[in-house]
Amino acid sequence: MTDPRSISPLDLETPDQTFLDANELVINMGPQHPATHGVLRVILRLDGEKVLGLECVIGYLHRGVEKIAENRTYTMFNPYVDRMDYVAAVSNGLGYCEAVEKLLSVEAPPRAQFIRVILTELNRIASHQLWLGTHALDIGAITPLFYTFRDREEILKIFEKYCGARLTTHAFRIGGLQYEAYDGFEQDVRNFVSFVKPKIDEYEELLTTNRIWLERTKGVGVISGKDCIALGVTGPVLRASGVKWDIRKALPYANYRNFDFEIPTGENGDTYDRYLVRMVEMRQSLRIIEQAVEGIPEGPIMAKVPKVMKPPVGEVYHSIEAPKGELGYFIVSDGSTQPYRVRVRPPSFVNLQALDVMCRGQLVADVIAVIGTLDIVLGEVDR
Amino acid sequence: MPDETKSAPTPPPEGDKKPAADQPAVPGGVKSAPSGSVQAETKTIPSQPSPPSDTSSPPKPAAAAPTPPAAKSAAPAAAGHPAPAKPAGPVPLPWDSPLVAKLKRSYGSGIDALTHLGQNYMVVDRSLIPELLQLLRDDEQFDYCVDITAVHYPKREKQFDIVWVLYSFARNERIRVKTQIAENESLPSSVPIWATANWLEREVYDMFGIKFDGHPDLKRILLPDGWKGFPLRKDYGILQQDNEWVQINLGIESGQ
Repeated sequence: MTDPRSISPLDLETPDQTFLDANELVINMGPQHPATHGVLRVILRLDGEKVLGLECVIGYLHRGVEKIAENRTYTMFNPYVDRMDYVAAVSNGLGYCEAVEKLLSVEAPPRAQFIRVILTELNRIASHQLWLGTHALDIGAITPLFYTFRDREEILKIFEKYCGARLTTHAFRIGGLQYEAYDGFEQDVRNFVSFVKPKIDEYEELLTTNRIWLERTKGVGVISGKDCIALGVTGPVLRASGVKWDIRKALPYANYRNFDFEIPTGENGDTYDRYLVRMVEMRQSLRIIEQAVEGIPEGPIMAKVPKVMKPPVGEVYHSIEAPKGELGYFIVSDGSTQPYRVRVRPPSFVNLQALDVMCRGQLVADVIAVIGTLDIVLGEVDR
Repeated sequence: MPDETKSAPTPPPEGDKKPAADQPAVPGGVKSAPSGSVQAETKTIPSQPSPPSDTSSPPKPAAAAPTPPAAKSAAPAAAGHPAPAKPAGPVPLPWDSPLVAKLKRSYGSGIDALTHLGQNYMVVDRSLIPELLQLLRDDEQFDYCVDITAVHYPKREKQFDIVWVLYSFARNERIRVKTQIAENESLPSSVPIWATANWLEREVYDMFGIKFDGHPDLKRILLPDGWKGFPLRKDYGILQQDNEWVQINLGIESGQ
């Protein structure tokens, strides 16, 4: 039997050659499985405990978002994007609004930009907290889940006070914001920052040097930077493999170029490094929020956009650094009130493709860890 | 019914339109002019020839004038929606760069390089397709294939636009490559060039029915195997579904 580690991960011919060898076992995992974070089905090919390869079956949550977009006006489609990556709805909204703004050649006013950045970074922390809690739970550490959900609640409270919704926020509008920041918004954000800083230390205390955590994550699900690029993997996964690339820095959008922050990278591209990268990202997000909340200018929060939006004929691709990676919108306008085509480039979908490469040669139990570390949201994978 | 939304948001006649642009800046606090304390002030609105916000602020001249001539020329054959009369937005301009000059030297007229809204793209001849993409990756360092997607224009002779969004880490540059194919034409797969193309091409196949030759495993990805029809084609209605599949596999009468 060939050692699965010797199979080049990107060699697309190999899997079928070894398929159904006498020692092989094909096991179905999901779609109803607590550790697949939704309805993901994975068909595993095993040699004993060892994974020889796997195939993902997706689409259980497909709602045809792109088709819906073609039958809605630009404004009407805005809330739908929240339902893709529903744990980072604010990021989805930011990407969509900015893409349409680009088509319209308008820019949100500075005050709106600052509030947008604050909410988006808060959402990044919330998304990473949810990831950490569930990922640790999958691996067997139950406590972090309670800690992260307790603290994430504070972010959701700010969202709720700001726009009335906690999860699918629909926080932004094309051209800026609908709602002015409520009285005491800045203070709430400042309080949150000082509240959550020691909490992140707390998570790290539980995990970073925990022997079980190290055993379960170090050297698990390794992927090289080169493979990441070939597979289009972005976000923390790419950075943990040593590629220092973040769209907030590389192709800045919103007003990120005004803020000072670092891009964390890892060295080994394993589950542990991805964990560390996300922990640093949370702290860096807090840094951005601290700077932004002190600099919110006065002024309007809505740019001049026509009530009936008819972007001029053309097409635009705009992408942002969502908590999970590059979230892109490719929008084609035919000059009418409805988009002619909206394509969403979902980070979860593309990242999930790397699952096969990352799991080969690992143990079955590690598949759970790797699914967790990829941080996928099936609502976004299937759209 | 969702289909009717097409006509629902009918815009008011242009002439009567009040400057709709003055969307209330939302109550709450006195709004002075933006104070100068902000770094973001340095940002300027992109100076496009005629930003669409102009559409509404001086409405009368716009309504009086007949269809502006430039609006049509830039329009792809708009299917479905009739092209509304309105001032032209920014139009694509030629994109000049060493990369384009180099490619034009080797491929000549097969490449039309344009820039629009600050984004560069090239419309290339279908026959150049695997070769040009390979060259972009190998020689020009476009090593990251961001996305592959398609757009359907049923009224055009070549019905589909296929779009590759490419990014180069070394150059920090993003471009789009576009080509057109007819309904029954297929394209060479770019999986050998970028491994990520695997699922992206499967999705294009799933939604548009475009075949990619040489793809290792071209089958549906989001819709179930055995589904009939390709939903993102324009002739596939939003309420349409494969009723037969639903009856057989889910054992329910379609509620639609």
